[in-house]
Amino acid sequence: MLDQVDRWLDGGKAVALARVVGVEGSGPRDPGAAMAVNEDGEVVGSVSGGCVEGAVVTEALAVIQSRKPKLCTFGYSDDEAFAVGLTCGGTLHIFVEPLDW
Amino acid sequence: MSGRPPLYAELSRSLRAQDPFALATVTELELEEGPTARGLRLGAKMLVRPGEAPLGSMGSEELDRIVARDALAAVERGTTVTRHYGSRGEARRRDVTVFVEVFSPPPRLVIFGAVDFTAALAHVGRLLGFRVTVCDARPIFATKARFPMADEVVVDWPDRYLERIASELGPRDAVCVLTHDTKFDVPAVLGALKTDVGYLGAMGSRRTHDERWKRLLEAGAEEGALRTRLMSPIGLDIGARTPEETAVAIAAEIISERTGTDLPSLRDRNGPIHRR
Repeated sequence: MLDQVDRWLDGGKAVALARVVGVEGSGPRDPGAAMAVNEDGEVVGSVSGGCVEGAVVTEALAVIQSRKPKLCTFGYSDDEAFAVGLTCGGTLHIFVEPLDW
Repeated sequence: MSGRPPLYAELSRSLRAQDPFALATVTELELEEGPTARGLRLGAKMLVRPGEAPLGSMGSEELDRIVARDALAAVERGTTVTRHYGSRGEARRRDVTVFVEVFSPPPRLVIFGAVDFTAALAHVGRLLGFRVTVCDARPIFATKARFPMADEVVVDWPDRYLERIASELGPRDAVCVLTHDTKFDVPAVLGALKTDVGYLGAMGSRRTHDERWKRLLEAGAEEGALRTRLMSPIGLDIGARTPEETAVAIAAEIISERTGTDLPSLRDRNGPIHRR
């Protein structure tokens, strides 16, 4: 993952980093699981068993535009029943930030 | 913005060196507007490395000092944590949420005996994120050419090598004795028992095991320590036959011992290891 991110940065690409910072209930990955996304939508790493990866990429691209970090929560709840959810029934907190530090 | 930003550059350097460190990041802010909130921002971060001054800032000197202290403690424990503080680092407040991600050096897997089973176990060990060492006293067998997947291949006697690395071995690490030869495996087991290594296993048939047990006791091993710490015959009882299957049985036993999951180990059963 480091090598890929280094190549993007050296090539002048803007990069966002998404990290699992909290898991409630059943979750596929522990805190610290990470994914990096560049401005072209290329992805390295992973933050879940696959269920929220697409949504995280969308958030990461938005963060690259806004340059503002954001805490995203994914998981099952009544009003989110038809939105992006985790089939496992857990809740994932993912911190998405521009890699500009 | 182009190139590698400074804190990230230091982080990747520490990661590549496999040094222990923590990265603290402000992931949530619930602040009353006011002078104390100045400088605090979402995403603020600090890189904390033992024995070095922290890099970066959480937004206030007081908070920096407290977070650095807590991050070092987290590195010491080897566990990633989320903590809450007041904007000046006060305890029992939840204004600032800090994710303290701990990066630890990989655990070690030390395999004694340079045999076919060793190559398979070294592969599985790498897959699981261990730093793998293969050690054998015989220079013609202990070569990097035979074990290219190992991080290091050491020619040495097991007891002498274990004495050298004893202080480095802890609960996350594993020692597997695959020599099949009491001349090597008795000193290897005795040496490993003197360390804090979390997993210790020795390979062999029931007969080899009985013979080794006798010799270990004769050599002064304490029976209680052998019963609690030594997994012998090594591995879970999953009917493994090939070196590769055996490696999986051993790796699964290492995981189940670490997580405290009760599964049938060969050690706790009777009868032949290889059922036909």
